[in-house]
Amino acid sequence: MKFVVCVKLTPDTEELNEVRPEDVGADDLGVTMVLNPWDEFAVEEALQLQERFEGETVAVTVGGEDATDALKRAVAMGIEETVLLSDPAFEGSDAWGTAHILAEAIKGLGEYGLILTGKQSVDGNSGLVAPGLAVKLGVPFVSQVARVVDLTDSSVTVVRALDEGRQTVRVKLPAVISVSKEINEPRYPNFMGIRKASRMKYPVMAAADLPGLDTGQIGVDAALVKWTDLHKPPARGGTCEFITGETTAALVAALVDKLVADKVV
Amino acid sequence: MSILVYIDHFAGAGKPASWETLGKARELADTLGDSVIGLVIGHQVRPLAAEAITYGADRVLVADDPALATFQAHAYAAALKAAIAEAGPRIILAPATTGARDVAALAAGELGIGLAADCQDLALDGDHNLLAVRPVFSGNIIATEVFAQQPQMATVRGRSFPLPESDPARTGEIKDLVVDLAAVAGWEEVLGFETTQTGEVSVETANIIVSGGRGVKGPEGFEPLRELAQVLGAAVGASRAAVDAGWIPYPAQVGQTGKTVRPDLYVACGISGAIQHLAGMTNSKVIVAINKDKDAPIFNVAQYGIVGDLFEIVPALTRAFRARLGQ
Repeated sequence: MKFVVCVKLTPDTEELNEVRPEDVGADDLGVTMVLNPWDEFAVEEALQLQERFEGETVAVTVGGEDATDALKRAVAMGIEETVLLSDPAFEGSDAWGTAHILAEAIKGLGEYGLILTGKQSVDGNSGLVAPGLAVKLGVPFVSQVARVVDLTDSSVTVVRALDEGRQTVRVKLPAVISVSKEINEPRYPNFMGIRKASRMKYPVMAAADLPGLDTGQIGVDAALVKWTDLHKPPARGGTCEFITGETTAALVAALVDKLVADKVV
Repeated sequence: MSILVYIDHFAGAGKPASWETLGKARELADTLGDSVIGLVIGHQVRPLAAEAITYGADRVLVADDPALATFQAHAYAAALKAAIAEAGPRIILAPATTGARDVAALAAGELGIGLAADCQDLALDGDHNLLAVRPVFSGNIIATEVFAQQPQMATVRGRSFPLPESDPARTGEIKDLVVDLAAVAGWEEVLGFETTQTGEVSVETANIIVSGGRGVKGPEGFEPLRELAQVLGAAVGASRAAVDAGWIPYPAQVGQTGKTVRPDLYVACGISGAIQHLAGMTNSKVIVAINKDKDAPIFNVAQYGIVGDLFEIVPALTRAFRARLGQ
């Protein structure tokens, strides 16, 4: 079975707070870019599924040339094949447009079984590309997968984390699943993996390489939603009032008084 | 015209985020001169339709079918699509609960509707288009999402809007919605459900959160925090450090790779205040920090700080609240 992982190059979480609103949308955000941390769980799960059930692994991304770095990390972890989808026509696509590009590329991969994604990207935060991809491919989607219970030629059984509990659900294949952080512990690439990743060739596909692509669905002109008025969240005003007291009892009594006066308890 | 609101529910009860979203829809609809149409999907869910009317719906569509008794993303999305076809709304809103986010995304994707996910505020521009305010870059930037065409759809985070007052005197129409599930037959089969509700309050819906970090030192270190939480009717939260150490399960995690919360009161115990954590909780109304290190960054966002040993302070705080709240 072919396991396809969709990944994205995003800012390192440590530096997310350094991204300036005016730079969003520019080619260079001025911060370290890495494989989207949520996608590491998807890559790891694809590798574990390959070990459990046998098959091939492919990582796919949409982005500029620098997005190769996300694929490199996936290969260093153990992914075998990659596709970089890169074309000026792709730029500015919304989640549905990106999903259409990915879907057309995945259709070209031959018979695919299970498509895995991270829960969301740490930059866009919408979590919409995965369900969008399922819609474009006309296949089932399960989000927040915490465990893959079983996989057959025709179905996958997973445990999905809902707000009130865990639902075990079986969907027919092919299918798209987005995985949650609970599913595994992503491995660190070993030396062999890093060496393999650095020597690997990373094939690029453009719009012209995707026969089923409808250019009316992609790019900034087709985007149904756009971001405006980007700004930093308002800073918390005021400074911290340190509560002190002769005794612990006096100190906590002073705090309780303040919280009662603030009407938050 | 109308605004359609998806009412998410569990075990026969509407989720607070559903009613909050419905309340905001009522406000937007009054500005637009629109009606508010609720949608309830499930089995034996008519009481929820009546409740939705008390919270501000003018009309409620009910997709009631034994086949819809348990949550299934694709069958529920088919029902939402049917409701959109029936109501012809200009705006569609759903709470940003895990299930409703999937249903909204699948229906919007299939119908080619622009969707703003996980919004924290909604407004209208001068042309009656929806403006959807949402955190991006994991809470480090706020963006307003605008739409190229109607209808316009958004999912709304819990606690973004106040719970509207229920008015039992309100009247409205309840209408059955017939849903054709043939297109998704055999797609998805629910084999089981195991509740993770332990009777504890969830961090996403809590008015108060008592949260612990590396400073709690181990799983048993959360015990004093749980006792304080119990007295306050609060949820117990945690930093990534505490979750990664295996001291408390992941659903408690607050921050960039966990939940984003905005309670009235956030009590951070033994949490240093790493950027990843702050991104998930700085929207809290009042933050109290208890930490041994007076230079911990958590004090930069806290309104009240106590420099000291949490194992001494937290139990004392529990006793003080218990006395004050007459328990």
